[in-house]
Amino acid sequence: MLHIEDLWVDVHGKEVLKGIDLYIGKGETHCLFGRNGSGKTTLLMTIMGFDGYQVKHGKIIFKGEDITHMPLNERARLGLGLSFQRPPTLRGVKLRDMLKLCGNGSNKGVQLAIEYGFESFLDREVNLGFSGGEIKKSELLQLLSQNPDLTLLDEPESGVDVENLNVIGDMIRRLLEKDKHRNRTKSGLIITHTGFILNYVTADKGHVMLDGRLVCHGNPIDIFERIQQNGYEECAKCQF
Amino acid sequence: MSVLDHIKSDEELLKKFRPADQAQTIEDLSELDQDELVRLKKTGVDLDAKNRLGTFLQTNCGVVACSCDVQGIEMLPITEALKKYDGLSEYYWRLIDPDKDAFTREAKEHLDNGYFIRAKRGQKVVYPLQACLYIRNDDVAQRVHNIVVAEEGSELHIITGCTTHPHLTSGLHIGISEFYVKKGAKLIFTMVHNWAEEVYVRPRTAIVVEEEGTFLSNYVSLKGVKSVQSFPTCILKGKGAIARFNSVIVAPKGSCIDTGSRIVLEAPETRGEIISRTISYGGYIVARGHLVGKAPDIKAHLECQGLMLGQRGVIHAIPELEAHVPDVDMSHEAAVGKIAKEEIEYLMARGLSEEDATSTIVRGFLNVKIEGLPKELDDELQKAVEECHKGM
Repeated sequence: MLHIEDLWVDVHGKEVLKGIDLYIGKGETHCLFGRNGSGKTTLLMTIMGFDGYQVKHGKIIFKGEDITHMPLNERARLGLGLSFQRPPTLRGVKLRDMLKLCGNGSNKGVQLAIEYGFESFLDREVNLGFSGGEIKKSELLQLLSQNPDLTLLDEPESGVDVENLNVIGDMIRRLLEKDKHRNRTKSGLIITHTGFILNYVTADKGHVMLDGRLVCHGNPIDIFERIQQNGYEECAKCQF
Repeated sequence: MSVLDHIKSDEELLKKFRPADQAQTIEDLSELDQDELVRLKKTGVDLDAKNRLGTFLQTNCGVVACSCDVQGIEMLPITEALKKYDGLSEYYWRLIDPDKDAFTREAKEHLDNGYFIRAKRGQKVVYPLQACLYIRNDDVAQRVHNIVVAEEGSELHIITGCTTHPHLTSGLHIGISEFYVKKGAKLIFTMVHNWAEEVYVRPRTAIVVEEEGTFLSNYVSLKGVKSVQSFPTCILKGKGAIARFNSVIVAPKGSCIDTGSRIVLEAPETRGEIISRTISYGGYIVARGHLVGKAPDIKAHLECQGLMLGQRGVIHAIPELEAHVPDVDMSHEAAVGKIAKEEIEYLMARGLSEEDATSTIVRGFLNVKIEGLPKELDDELQKAVEECHKGM
């Protein structure tokens, strides 16, 4: 599904990613751990193709296509989707219309919003006055409507209360086809600090990023427990 | 480049145009051709619509249609109303000083026509009435005076479309409007401007709202115009009165639109709101707003948002708050700039092209909630926003 080879990325002239190699197979979910500022978000933003993330070396192959220099919207159309940490407010654009835009005119997102009890937000302006949890729900509904093959999630649990974690977890499971045990086609790459999301979504593999490099790979739950016990420094000496 | 670019004074501007009564007029609506009907429709005036309670149409100086089927609503050409009501002394030139400027003087001395609309006490309408001030020939100066009276407890919605013949480029429109919203009455006044590239527009408008009355104004101008200069003033005279002005303005290259609203909150517990959304595609916009708080316990808010989508345009937002007593709650927010890149990228990350992302944001920006707007007019406006965006 996604194959990244020796990826070096600059942001505002500063080297942030220093030779990333990553392979995510079809139907797999991977987790990305790491300190603030280690480069996790940069990796997601670079995969998605945002301006300002300058690839100096290496390539990104998605579904067999080299997307390293492909425009953002074409990557989205090819099947990449990203949930924003702090999305901008779109004045005058109703969530209902946004969901239809994401789904290329389909009503699916609107129906899901109703299903998840988010109906009262449909006629509100996108992200205007939304709480942290509401932003996450709105982002995930947009993604469900967009239906990407590889979903990039940046701290999906941050700012969400315990009650709503369930709903967020359910939405992510649905996005990643977690109910399918055979022939699953949807993949995911999730950044998490708290690891809470691992209680709701099973992940196949975990990676630790330290100073722009992926230093440790293995079972995500084991890695997370290790980070909790020994901190990130220990990860540099990957035991897995 | 037009010769009109060199006009220095108001008097000189007036001299450039011929009086409307010297231009041909038509006798009957059937003389309007298909092009013109389409144009009127785009301006909010639909002569076939079932959901309009009455229609007033003035071309140049002549009133071609003036009919309203609802009992309790009176609609007359102003010249007839002046005769019928002995000069309308209670209303005519009561809110606006005829000596205010060259244009008010011109309208006072050479009145072409205009409308008088009155909702009688307690009369409430479900659908709007429509009025159209139409300049049909080149270089005509149309001088209009309108009076609207919403009597105690009545409700009235008027859509006024101002436009020019589809093949015409130049003209001058002078419109004096005096509106009276009596105790507990409500007037929704929607004005759509759809002018041509060499048209000068000089409305002079004043409104007075009595106790518990409501005045809602919607102003939409999406097409090119040479110059608009307008600054309606609404006086909230009675306790609990409300006024709200919404404006949606697009200035293409070559247009100069100096507009805004003033609300004077003279009585206690009155509420005022001015919201404007302006876009310059190279045109010059002055977006004014002036709130004057003169009584305790008033609340007023002003919002000026401008988007610069052309390289050379100007948006000059001038929000003003003026408090004369301590117990007032007045605020404003103003922002002018280009579309934020992160908003465009947000939509592109969902698969939209940059162009579609931009128009979605522009549509949203102009999407001011306009109360009481009939669906077809709303659809027309959406289309116009789309067209003006694509045309740039």
